[in-house]
Amino acid sequence: MSDTLHTHQETASIGHHAADHHVHAHHKETFITKYIFSQDHKMIAKQFLVTGIIWAIIGGLFSVLFRLQLGFPDQTFPILETFFGKWAEGGRIKPEFYYALTTMHGTVLVFFVLTAGLSGTFANLLIPLQIGARDMASPMMNMLSYWFFFAGSVVMLASLFIETGPASGGWTIYPPLSALGQASEGSKAGMDYWIAGMALFIISQLFGGLNYIATILNMRTKGMSMTRLPLTIWALLFTAILGVLSFPVLLSGVVLLLFDRHLGTSFYLSDIFIAGQALPNEGGSAILFQHLFWFLGHPEVYIIILPTMGLVSEVMSINARKPIFGYMAMVFSMFGICVLAFLVWAHHMFVTGLNPFLGSVFVLLTLLIAVPSAIKVFNWLTTLWRGNIRFTPAMLFAIGFVSLFISGGLTGIFLGNSTIDIHLHDTMFVIAHFHIVMGVSAFFGMFAGIYHWFPKMFGRYMNNTLGYIHFWVTLVGAYLIFWPMHYQGLAGMPRRYLDKSSWVSFSQFHSLDAMITVVTVLVFAIQLLFVFNFFYSIYKGRRVRSQNPWGATTLEWTTPIRPGHGNWEGEIPEVHRWAYDYGKDGRDFIPQTEPIGEKESSH
Amino acid sequence: MHTFLLVVILVLGFIITVQIARATEFVSIIQGEEKTRKQSNRINAVLLLIFLFVGLFGVYWAHHTLGDKILKLGTAASDHGIKVDKMLTYTLIATGLVFFVTQILLFWYSFRYQERENRKPYFFPHNNKLEMLWTVVPAIVLTILIAFGLVYWFQITGPAPENAATVEITGSQFKWEFRYPGKDGVLGKKNYKYIDESQDNSLGLIWDDVATHDDIVSGGPLHLVVGKPVKLVIGSKDVIHSVGLPHFRLKMDAVPGTPTTLWFTPLKTTKQMIEETGNENFVFEIACDQMCGAGHTAMRGEIIVETQEEYDQWMATQKPQYQIAVLDKQEPAADSTAAVAVASIADENK
Repeated sequence: MSDTLHTHQETASIGHHAADHHVHAHHKETFITKYIFSQDHKMIAKQFLVTGIIWAIIGGLFSVLFRLQLGFPDQTFPILETFFGKWAEGGRIKPEFYYALTTMHGTVLVFFVLTAGLSGTFANLLIPLQIGARDMASPMMNMLSYWFFFAGSVVMLASLFIETGPASGGWTIYPPLSALGQASEGSKAGMDYWIAGMALFIISQLFGGLNYIATILNMRTKGMSMTRLPLTIWALLFTAILGVLSFPVLLSGVVLLLFDRHLGTSFYLSDIFIAGQALPNEGGSAILFQHLFWFLGHPEVYIIILPTMGLVSEVMSINARKPIFGYMAMVFSMFGICVLAFLVWAHHMFVTGLNPFLGSVFVLLTLLIAVPSAIKVFNWLTTLWRGNIRFTPAMLFAIGFVSLFISGGLTGIFLGNSTIDIHLHDTMFVIAHFHIVMGVSAFFGMFAGIYHWFPKMFGRYMNNTLGYIHFWVTLVGAYLIFWPMHYQGLAGMPRRYLDKSSWVSFSQFHSLDAMITVVTVLVFAIQLLFVFNFFYSIYKGRRVRSQNPWGATTLEWTTPIRPGHGNWEGEIPEVHRWAYDYGKDGRDFIPQTEPIGEKESSH
Repeated sequence: MHTFLLVVILVLGFIITVQIARATEFVSIIQGEEKTRKQSNRINAVLLLIFLFVGLFGVYWAHHTLGDKILKLGTAASDHGIKVDKMLTYTLIATGLVFFVTQILLFWYSFRYQERENRKPYFFPHNNKLEMLWTVVPAIVLTILIAFGLVYWFQITGPAPENAATVEITGSQFKWEFRYPGKDGVLGKKNYKYIDESQDNSLGLIWDDVATHDDIVSGGPLHLVVGKPVKLVIGSKDVIHSVGLPHFRLKMDAVPGTPTTLWFTPLKTTKQMIEETGNENFVFEIACDQMCGAGHTAMRGEIIVETQEEYDQWMATQKPQYQIAVLDKQEPAADSTAAVAVASIADENK
């Protein structure tokens, strides 16, 4: 493996042999400093991406396993017992294991894939390249950010192998369930691993986020004013701000949970009689945890979706050969989302006994956040209007993103209205809503980004045909899986039910559940095809031969095809215009580095 | 064997797809990459249009096959449920309209403005009027939805009417227990430290409080009177549960240490629902809606909605928990005094 990597890099550096005056080229780089403890933002981006992909496979596999149970509750799968032993005795998934799977599926995908894997990859790759900086403000902190994430990953992964199993109280880990080992197997040691893993993860997010903010604010190249930044950078800036302000609140929440678990405090515990015993804890509030959790939890969904909004805007404008419509409106709507994201958390708590007046305030703010989202959708549609659209795999994923974002966003208007939420809260309708709007569509945005910037990352293209197959199967599959779940929710079927046969009200979806499971397996297999395409193309993909293969205006395409540490040979280019001069004055595109011409029209 | 075959098929499919994909890449190099690119551009544009039509048909088809399996609009069995259904309808109309318009535009534009040799993209960076339009219109529509929603919300969460009956419902892993206040209409005091199942006191009632003496405790089903408002006092003994009442369109969490309430008026009896749904097994179910541990799925309760006479008849057969837990166990010698005590309580309540 290491040999291939070396030769690979050597061939790669032929392109810029002349780079002797290169700022960082004199570093004597060993394998360890280059590939493991690298401080090059591009390498760290790849580390985040590869780790994210591995986590996505694990998290996705969990969903396939519990879908087997949901789709075919009467069948046994002996192979499960082979792999999971007592957790799947007789080839059937036990309830404890089922909940462990759903919990880890949620935790892994929300935090490790769609937060670290997504922001970690694209913030690291794009911020220095698109603002014109040689690296992050603090490459050291950047490296630590990855390694804390890695350490958190190891701890979380380890929890899968302990005797009592990993955390199993849902990814929201509400106490008292998560606080009391008597309440569930997963609330024993697995919960401590979860907390420790998340604590490391949060440290990683803070290192990363502060770095991204500092870099964007301070290290833009000459002429790169804030209003000339590509929307990707704006999106990543708001994402980082959200993360830095909200992750510490989750940390405080889980530390108090740790105290309740081991030090006999009563932050979240009160009046509990469990396993034949009355606990001494009094005066705590289980609801307090939910406030702390959702104070991160809600911004978290924007931490996931904002970067993809930026990626999609960029990919869409480039491939429509047209400027993004309403640049400033896009920036302000992201700003609006960023501010409102902090003021809507209690819409997850309408039925907890929350004061109805307080609830009404959250209804108002929640539905308000639909306005900037609507603006963005209409702006994307207008960007496509009268364009000259190239359907690269990245562009298809961007279009798919908008479709899914509309579908999932609109169901948010149901759930954000507390009156309807009383009925639909914690039903399959919620599952359908958030999987479409922040699960699948975030993945679509991420895929758009990967297909689009893969040539910049590895100097090769991914295979297009596989990309098209990947897109079409995933789009159709995503709708087939999640669209019908709205109906299950409208039947009142609660989420997290593994066997509905004993219920009169919820047992009518047997064949539907089986269909969803079959499609899930298929879609998962196609994702493996993507993973194959990804790794195969790193070594064997078609070579990139032109510096700017997509005809883009932004700075990352002014670097060498395989940029070294430091990105540009010689001077960092100066910027003279915004990032979206496509189709202006009859020209296909005008790079940001080109000075404004005398006769150029203004806009 | 089955699994093995499946794996083999998947792997084969995988290899074939990969080989085809590689071959197309070579073909594209021979054919000229630009030509291949334009070809696949056209194919994908057409596919996007086809996806639009198939998708729209899929929306219809999903409704056709699944529409009968949901709780249909207008079948709510409580007064609050009717409001929830109305709100659902308004929201469905507003969002449905937006859904169809935006999805059609998205895929139509993608198809219509696919790359053409002679097409010049239109340089259109912004337009204040348009942007204003789609800021203000969604804001107005949302304001209307918020207004309706909040009116209903305050009606639903407002104080229960004076004549509402009270029933306490307590969740614990993984069952529901119900307590009726008895003749005095007051739920006596309880404390979780008094819980003692061996002494038939699973709710921790404090016998020193005479108001507990006529309280009736039951493991279900919960009996309610049709047309009479009822206020549920909801609590939990261990972890958070949630009282989900799909046919009444209602839900409220059961939080240990923090009692919550929920009131509504059942409008249909169980018998009526059996007739309406044509399902002779129909029963109002209480579904735990908050993840509460390994037995979450099995945490099922039942409600019987009946007429006042039927309710009274049933109630007459119930024994107060005090009688079960304390009086029936006392020495026969003490029996007479206990009987006197019960009689005197009954007198007080008259």
